[in-house]
Amino acid sequence: MAAEAKVDPMYQFTIKPIAELNIAGYDVSFTNSAMWMLITTVVLTLFVAGGLKRQMVPGRWQMMVETFTGFIDDMLEANIGKAGRKYVPYVFSLFMFILFANILGLLPLGIVGVHPFTFTSHFTVTGILAVLSFSIVLIVGFWRHGLHFFSLFVPHGTPLPMIPVIAPIEFISFMVRPFSLGLRLFVAMMAGHVLLEVLSSFVIDGTNAGAGFGLLVGLPSFLLMIGICALELLVAGIQAYVFALLTSLYINDAENLH
Amino acid sequence: MPQIAQLADTYASQIFWLLVFFGFTFFVVGKGMVPKVLATVEARDSQIAADLAAAQAARNEADRQEEAWRQRENENRANAQAVLAKAKADAAAKTEQRLAKAQTKIDAKLAEAEGRIAAARTAAMGEIETVAAEAAQDIVQRLAGVKVTKPSAAKAVKEALAHG
Repeated sequence: MAAEAKVDPMYQFTIKPIAELNIAGYDVSFTNSAMWMLITTVVLTLFVAGGLKRQMVPGRWQMMVETFTGFIDDMLEANIGKAGRKYVPYVFSLFMFILFANILGLLPLGIVGVHPFTFTSHFTVTGILAVLSFSIVLIVGFWRHGLHFFSLFVPHGTPLPMIPVIAPIEFISFMVRPFSLGLRLFVAMMAGHVLLEVLSSFVIDGTNAGAGFGLLVGLPSFLLMIGICALELLVAGIQAYVFALLTSLYINDAENLH
Repeated sequence: MPQIAQLADTYASQIFWLLVFFGFTFFVVGKGMVPKVLATVEARDSQIAADLAAAQAARNEADRQEEAWRQRENENRANAQAVLAKAKADAAAKTEQRLAKAQTKIDAKLAEAEGRIAAARTAAMGEIETVAAEAAQDIVQRLAGVKVTKPSAAKAVKEALAHG
């Protein structure tokens, strides 16, 4: 029995189609991943809509929503300045979408038989979001500064002979941004979920192997899991914040150059 | 790792649905709702600022009125004190005048009385002299049997009175 209960920590990331769909030769089936995107979108929409009462004296819910919008608003204003306000809708959507996806994916819904799927642990998803942010940086940069945007690769005060050396380095670090942006979120989410899965397999296998193993391995693993669950909630918030923060910093580069 | 193993099969679906749902989030939540929430916050902030400014203005106005009231009050007090002082001075002057009048009356009466006393005294003096002269005539006649005339007796009396 213990041998049968083999836990594959990577299995949780498997995408399973729910409804087959084919558009223009591309397989765009509605999958469990898409399902959780839908759930995230619905929950997020309900959350923000609940804060839309527009009361002068806000209730708890409205206060909560206003805290989030104010948080993003302040962040953009601090990083970009007054011009940052027009990016609030995008950065807010980005931050809340990632945050809700991360947290919904952590919910212990497996108890009632529903398996949460954390789509932010797929680099196809985080990659698209990163590319979106990066495209905005490029579009805004070239729109506002034209070809002068290339001066981004030559920091202020670079001595003339150093420019041929510095510029390629700056260019590479600039081009790496979307990858680091997307990979960071994907890796953080995946690592946390794998860790939880591995520890839970210790608990299950240890307990199945007998009371001694259960006490020796299962219990400490379980205690560790509780701590790591709390840590994962923190990571869920931090990674969403980092994604939004870096996006706003990159937009700042495009908006204000140096 | 399903992320890589399933990449070829699922990338289109992942990208498609992400764009659908994130697009929905961006246009409905980000573009539709967030500006309203921010507008509400801004309206509240400006309302609070306006209320505070109004309160400050009302306070300044109250201070100003109090200052004016205080000034008026001080003026009134000064006026009242001036009236009081004037009344006091008037009363004092009147009293003094009446006292002076009474004093002159008393002085006149006193002088008149003194005059009367002096007259009475001279009259009495004269009478005493006459009586003394007569007494002296009488005494001399009885003791010495000499008849002294009236003028000489009066002369002697006068001398004796003058010498004390």
